[in-house]
Amino acid sequence: MPRNLTPPKLDLDAILADRGIRIVVCCGAGGVGKTTTAAALALRAAERHGRRTVVLTIDPARRLAQSLGLTELDNTPRPVTGVKAEGDGQLHAMMLDMKRTFDEVVLTHTRPEKAQEIFANPFYQAMSSTFAGTQEYMAMEKLSQLSAVDVADGGWDLIVVDTPPSRSALDFLDAPRRLSKFLDSRMLRMLLAPARSGGLSVLRMMGASLNVFGRAMRKILGGQLLSDVSTFVASFDSMFGGFAERAERTYRVLQARQTAFLVVATPEQDAIREAGYFAGRLSEERMPLAGLVLNRVHGLAVPDLSAERSAGGAEALGAGGGAGAGGGKRSAGASLAAEVLLLHADLVRQVAREQRIADQFRRSHPAVPVAEVPAQPEDVHDLEGLRGIGTSLAA
Amino acid sequence: MRDAPSSGWQDARLHVVTGKGGTGKTTVAAAMALTLASGGRRTLLIEVEGRQGIAQLFDVPPLPYQERKIAVPPDGGEVRALAVDAEEALLEYLEMFYRLGGAGRMLKRLGAIDFATTIAPGLRDVLLTGKVKEAVTRTDKSHRVYDAVVLDAPPTGRIGRFLNVTAEVAGLAKVGPIKSQSEGVAALLRSPMTAVHVVTVLEDMPVQETIDAIGELEELDLPVGTVIVNMTRPPLLAGAKLTQAGLSRGLAAAGLPHDRATVTGLLSEARDQQSRLAQEGRLREELDEVGRPILELPFLADGVGLSGLFTLADALADQGVHGH
Repeated sequence: MPRNLTPPKLDLDAILADRGIRIVVCCGAGGVGKTTTAAALALRAAERHGRRTVVLTIDPARRLAQSLGLTELDNTPRPVTGVKAEGDGQLHAMMLDMKRTFDEVVLTHTRPEKAQEIFANPFYQAMSSTFAGTQEYMAMEKLSQLSAVDVADGGWDLIVVDTPPSRSALDFLDAPRRLSKFLDSRMLRMLLAPARSGGLSVLRMMGASLNVFGRAMRKILGGQLLSDVSTFVASFDSMFGGFAERAERTYRVLQARQTAFLVVATPEQDAIREAGYFAGRLSEERMPLAGLVLNRVHGLAVPDLSAERSAGGAEALGAGGGAGAGGGKRSAGASLAAEVLLLHADLVRQVAREQRIADQFRRSHPAVPVAEVPAQPEDVHDLEGLRGIGTSLAA
Repeated sequence: MRDAPSSGWQDARLHVVTGKGGTGKTTVAAAMALTLASGGRRTLLIEVEGRQGIAQLFDVPPLPYQERKIAVPPDGGEVRALAVDAEEALLEYLEMFYRLGGAGRMLKRLGAIDFATTIAPGLRDVLLTGKVKEAVTRTDKSHRVYDAVVLDAPPTGRIGRFLNVTAEVAGLAKVGPIKSQSEGVAALLRSPMTAVHVVTVLEDMPVQETIDAIGELEELDLPVGTVIVNMTRPPLLAGAKLTQAGLSRGLAAAGLPHDRATVTGLLSEARDQQSRLAQEGRLREELDEVGRPILELPFLADGVGLSGLFTLADALADQGVHGH
């Protein structure tokens, strides 16, 4: 008997209605519609479930951002106009400003004078805007800030997060630890201040080659950079513990029962592969995967008409021999019908292919609930469009 | 044959392929490497992001840091592939200048290499592009080893920074091997030897990013080649006026069911197609305004696979892409 690949249904309305869930994280490969999914869920939470919701977006498409009233990087949640909220429901939206978020972290951990010193450091300036992983880290930091205030104290009731378009969808899980590990790295301290490396016997054994390495690095990286890094580290010293602790705290928030992860994908090979990795990784990290959102799934209005019959019909009507050849002889009506049939045949093949690809995920993750969103003929860029997506998500 | 205005990009030997995630830039880069290799030439397809996208595409085990033959065009020639790893490239580099011996591996295990590329993210990019330049300019008995090199580059969001190597290392040493390396790379990237192609699909966000990326590349004086519109479909039913009665008669003539449910169902599929076409038309106009040659690749309903790659390579050849 063939294995049944009907997965459990992902009940998104139940998640949005559950007051025990305060954080929904949308993750997945680039270009699968994470931001749209996040915005549609947040809007539905506010309008249908009466929740005081904020959606944190990273890099939304311009027109989608405009529909949420977001015109610039702005670290403050702004109310979205046009929301028809039920009860206490509200929708706010914000776009992450990673540099400003980093600055805020520095300010909370250090005296103002010291902070100014750090802000002026060229290495800090470069790192806070270009360091690989800074965006991921700051997204998680912002999430941590937004969730820090309890609902009873006027905090957000529901936070929907869109994750950065990373090289790998997993980056945002690793970035906080990587960054805090780096800032706390013994390598960093040792290279910059060899006197402090006394306790590291393995490293001392390798002293000679490290010296060669150190000299090579100095040649390659340059004295100025190393001295900027050195000053930066010195002024940052008191904050190391704080950074590591914050990274750990964010990590624990992500593991908690109040968080629901949604992996977003499209029925394409790469996106599904990434979704599979992600599902595996979340379970390794004991993070709560609520389900898979499969965007842009094509459907058939006439499922009983096969690709073969449809293409055969088109051929009978004179299509397929090239548009030009003999085109004059057949009636306009027949040629239009032939095109409709060719289109249907293509669609049948595409639907079958998408099904095959999606089944790869279902087979390897049979317990993960799935919600499918039909492909939209046009891109979504207004609240009405988002409502439509929300309805499909919850269907 | 071609009526496209002849552009400098045809003479390039380094083709850099970028695009938003999900537009199929790895596939397009591979197809281009095949096209440029046809007729007995040799090309190298390089990836730099550690994603092993090439290996997945060609369905082979993960690529090592070593050039491997990966495909042969139907009329002879050879495509090799290489996954460049920044750590390996730095070690190779240090070895060349400083003789680290076995200590290099040890440093890698300790995370020293990771550390160096972390405090200077630009260093990583210079090492990667430096390896690309080495392949482009490599000779064997005064013959070029590769007729063309195709780089599956980082996505549009990072491409400007990735290619703008001199600015990247501005904060680094003012003298020394990396400095001269970055100047050499910058010179190659800004010369007619290089063309940067941007892959897109006809959807809002990818088109917007394509336009933004081209603006950024132009500002950086990097030579933009073509815009490659991937996954295009035939414009079936463009502008057609459909009626229930007309469709019903057509279905009857074809000997197919023409009950009401079938007719309205097919009509709704057709209407979706027409509104998609209208949106695609608007996006095409936006792309036209960029003023770059536009190449088109068809959507492959059965997925890409190796035979699909040959189809795409043929489509590129038909539009004037050729090796030399």
